Amino acid sequence: MPVAPLPVPALTVQHLSVAYDKAPVLWDVSWTTPQAGLVAIVGPNGAGKSTLLKAVLGLVPRLSGEVRVFGLPFAEARARVGYLPQRASVDWDFPATALQVVAQGRYPRVGWFRPLPRAERERARAALAEVGMAEFAGRQIGQLSGGQQQRVFLARALALEADLYLMDEPFAGVDAATERAIVGVLQRLAGEGRTVIAVHHDLATAPQYFDHVLLLNVRAIAAGPMATTFTPENLARTYGGRLSLLERAVAAAQAGKRPAAPVP
Amino acid sequence: MTEFLQLDLAPMLAATLACLVCGLVGNLLLLTRQSLLGDAISHSVLPGIVMGFWVSGSRAAAPLVAGAMLAAVAAALLIALVRRLTRLEPGAAMGVVFSGFFALGIVLIEVSGAHAVDLDVDCVLYGQLEALIWPAARGPGALLDAAALAEFPAEVTTLAVVLALTLLLLVLLWKELRLAAFDPDFAHAIGFAPRRLSLLVLVLVSVACVAAFWAVGSILVIAALVAPAAIARLLTNGYAAQFRLSAVAAVAMGAGGYWLAALAPGALGLGHGLNAAGMIAVLAGVLLAFAWLFGPFGRRGAARRATVAGHPAAAT
Repeated sequence: MPVAPLPVPALTVQHLSVAYDKAPVLWDVSWTTPQAGLVAIVGPNGAGKSTLLKAVLGLVPRLSGEVRVFGLPFAEARARVGYLPQRASVDWDFPATALQVVAQGRYPRVGWFRPLPRAERERARAALAEVGMAEFAGRQIGQLSGGQQQRVFLARALALEADLYLMDEPFAGVDAATERAIVGVLQRLAGEGRTVIAVHHDLATAPQYFDHVLLLNVRAIAAGPMATTFTPENLARTYGGRLSLLERAVAAAQAGKRPAAPVP
Repeated sequence: MTEFLQLDLAPMLAATLACLVCGLVGNLLLLTRQSLLGDAISHSVLPGIVMGFWVSGSRAAAPLVAGAMLAAVAAALLIALVRRLTRLEPGAAMGVVFSGFFALGIVLIEVSGAHAVDLDVDCVLYGQLEALIWPAARGPGALLDAAALAEFPAEVTTLAVVLALTLLLLVLLWKELRLAAFDPDFAHAIGFAPRRLSLLVLVLVSVACVAAFWAVGSILVIAALVAPAAIARLLTNGYAAQFRLSAVAAVAMGAGGYWLAALAPGALGLGHGLNAAGMIAVLAGVLLAFAWLFGPFGRRGAARRATVAGHPAAAT
């Protein structure tokens, strides 16, 4: 189902601050995403990347700031937002099958107190098939490999049929087949005019997979199209004095599929 | 037969129903790795029960349940507060709060004079199964006789009602509770209020604790809460099967434990019965050991999991 381009940005964050135990994790972050496309959030460990997603979703309390999703407060736009949590955030020993987990993505359509109708289960099965996991539908989730578990989470997010996806490290620790499957799904979503915002760790692949980037280190360092924003200077400002990492980043940016634009 | 109906039917039913209520609710604790919370709540409800008893002057269910729930929620909040203020690890905060509440309950029993009636420390520790008798049963016909059934011990009827309500909630909120147990963050993101659901679980656990309180006593409630779910977890990897098997295990330990304590000694020629609550918990331990030895996810399962974890694809 293609989504018509929207007159409002998918996500607007203004003056957002979050602190755990008085230490600021996010400080005065203001950021507007493009109307559609694939957006990476890049920054060092502890930069508040996951926290930014969680603050948007209301999973962590905000000190201050405002979040607008398609121009609305999150609670009013919830049905259009999909979330893919970090794989390590749940107990994979839980007694559930892959299909049961993916079917959770259909719960908002079913509502409270009702069992899942057969038609919704088939939608979940189709989402599982899209990530190449059809034959694992009945498998207990603990018996899947890490990459397969990540694809189950991706299928669950797809089953939500959201217009804005917030993905927390979708590529973390996955095998090559899973990485290809995720890239395929992201491109399909972007082609339909949806927005995907993903926390991304791998500086080498960021310019390949994403069109836009937010460079984050507690504060928003820079944001914009990958070609003009993902520059050695901006990466240096994001990663601070961590030189070896910086050098890798510069090399990665220049070796990326798209040429690094000269800094204006 | 008449003697069984008069002396053993009610306590056996009470033990079975209590284990069923606790065992079913216990699944929700075990699957969220919160079994210790069950321990904390089962101990923390004691001062609430005593206060309910003290204020109302009776053993009617409503004031005791109300008191118990107040105490359970107060304990849960206090545990959270202690953790926030002191940065103690969760186990320490829980241990301090629930043993404190339990001790307060013991003191309250002495102070309130409740022990003079029929709430004493022994009852609190071991339950009062043996006190549940049905003298109106003059023969098997009593099971169909409305007048005799009206005198059936109210504790058993209360337990049956609690079980029915628990089952109703588990069925109504089947997918919601599973979602909140597996992935509360995702549940919150899609609008399925995991905090309200975990509060509901807290209420269910405290109701189950009160319901089982008379049957097995406050200390052994923990066996009824944890053992059936733990036994089932060693036998299955399915969510629905987990609940079904825990119900079977609960009936086995409730009815079986009572039978072993009350009826088997007589059949073996021993002059006296054994403590039913103790036997129920012992049987639970034995069943758990068997499930571990022979269940597909017990000993052999652990060995298999270890090899899977060593596999590079699963280790990433």
